[in-house]
Amino acid sequence: MTCFSAVLHMKTYTNTGNKDTRSGFGAGLTELGQKNENVVALCADLTGSLKMNEFAKNHPNRFFQVGIAEANMMGMAAGMTIGGKIPFTGTFANFSTGRVYDQIRQSIAYSDKNVKICASHSGLTLGEDGATHQILEDIGLMKMLPGMTVINTCDYNQTKAATLAVAQHHGPVYLRFGRPKVANFTPENGEFQIGKAVHLQEGKDVTIVATGHLVWEALEAAKELHEKGISAEVINIHTIKPLDEQAIIKSVQKTGAIVTAEEHNYLGGLGESVARTLALHQPTPQEFVATNDTFGESGTPAQLLEKYGLNAKNIALKAQKVIARK
Amino acid sequence: MADKQHLKDLVSQVRRDIVRQVHAVNSGHPGGSLGCTEFLVALYNEIMDHNPSFNMDGTNEDLFFLSNGHISPVIYSVLARSGYFPVEELNTFRKLDSRLQGHPTTHEGLPGIRIASGSLGQGMSVAIGAAATKKLNGDSKLVFSLHGDGELQEGQIWEAAMYAAANKVDNLIATIDLNGQQIDGSTDEVLDLGDLGKKFDAFGWQVLRVKKGNDLDAVISGLQEAVELTGNGKPVCILLHTEMGHGVDFMMGSHAWHGIAPNDEQLADALSQNPETLGDY
Repeated sequence: MTCFSAVLHMKTYTNTGNKDTRSGFGAGLTELGQKNENVVALCADLTGSLKMNEFAKNHPNRFFQVGIAEANMMGMAAGMTIGGKIPFTGTFANFSTGRVYDQIRQSIAYSDKNVKICASHSGLTLGEDGATHQILEDIGLMKMLPGMTVINTCDYNQTKAATLAVAQHHGPVYLRFGRPKVANFTPENGEFQIGKAVHLQEGKDVTIVATGHLVWEALEAAKELHEKGISAEVINIHTIKPLDEQAIIKSVQKTGAIVTAEEHNYLGGLGESVARTLALHQPTPQEFVATNDTFGESGTPAQLLEKYGLNAKNIALKAQKVIARK
Repeated sequence: MADKQHLKDLVSQVRRDIVRQVHAVNSGHPGGSLGCTEFLVALYNEIMDHNPSFNMDGTNEDLFFLSNGHISPVIYSVLARSGYFPVEELNTFRKLDSRLQGHPTTHEGLPGIRIASGSLGQGMSVAIGAAATKKLNGDSKLVFSLHGDGELQEGQIWEAAMYAAANKVDNLIATIDLNGQQIDGSTDEVLDLGDLGKKFDAFGWQVLRVKKGNDLDAVISGLQEAVELTGNGKPVCILLHTEMGHGVDFMMGSHAWHGIAPNDEQLADALSQNPETLGDY
């Protein structure tokens, strides 16, 4: 590495206090309740977990408790759009996608319905409940549906902003967030532009594109790399579909190497979308930080991220590996 | 309200449309379509307050959702002959680049269709959602849905049925096409549905039985009675006894014509039993 890279200025991001992304969703939904009378919410017996209580309390006539019946919830949400409502469905990511794939496919996506599928407890970091609840395939399932927008937010503030933004967007959306309290570092009341990548660090030697909880880990990895004299560019890809291809292509034209990082299976995730983009437009060595075609298991979120290599340490290792492949 | 002769003419013409559509592409589902002809002709011409200059939201009009989407030939014919789109378009049924897909969809923008259906069991949930939105909007019109009896084997139907009763969705009339047949045989043989009247009653619905589901007068009075039952705090279910393939003697009463098309000779025979009344497309 050249000394020049190492002295590039790094931006500082401050964690204003750990918060859960699901609470960002809840806060966004509460605000939408006041702002937009067409917003309605449906929940399959997980109102507390999804942080939908406030909306339910403020707008009992616009809140629909459907019980443990996710298929019916998705069908109802599709039907509620007829007459102008904007339904937000709430349950865990697993029950928001895999359990109801055909209902989403036919009644929502193929029928072009303006439904917002809001999914908490995604990835490994729901923790102790284990693999039955830890879906690592949901991004893939949702991005394969024509017309579906797929968003995975990184912190509380961004999740709140995304919740507000998707209400303004006409069309089906999959909004993915999680359970654990994680660093909150994006601007409060920041603007959320669907499909627009966010550059967090400028760098020259390697590009790190991350989504969801791994965005903060990518920033930590960039610090580690900086100490080793490696200049890493960090991009937050909150919208996996439509992907901000230009942002990624432009970055790798400069760095010549890329690491993708996500709390998801490498099959079907952000990494594959990036690989396709680069294969078509800018072939570039790529390394994947993702789960390796496996189910999860019980454990604390921190233990799971460590065991499955979804952390700053592994992102930094993969960055050095991919630089060596240039 | 249409006069009785016009309704009878429509029934005959719709039956011609069904067998001609299916014959032209040698595919599609004539049996269930023929069995539901009286029901859909009555619903669209005698019961529903609807607007053929279609808009998706359907505010202040009655809505209909077809859950058993494979009987697309009958809904396409009834919609076309109600003025939703030109009857000539029935010529494009199941052909490339058509708005008349094998199963109804919204994707190509066919007026009159508000949801895709075909993968079974989803339409009751959709109808409940639309009914809930009507209530939120202060819209007093009704939501109708149609389901196959075999379709009731799908679990989602019962999730929806439980929800509708528990939440007093009383602006919904769900009709079950009780023809007793499904692809692999009779519903009794494939998976016995049990006593559907008792089941819907136990789920908290008002149940109404129309024993002559291929008799126009019986269907109309059954539907009128169902409309009277709305607004009582309970959803309404019509158990509509029909005959699969009704109106074409060699297709009647068997599951054999669930999903196959007549050949040229069979088409001629079927058409001879259903006179041209309002003009073939």
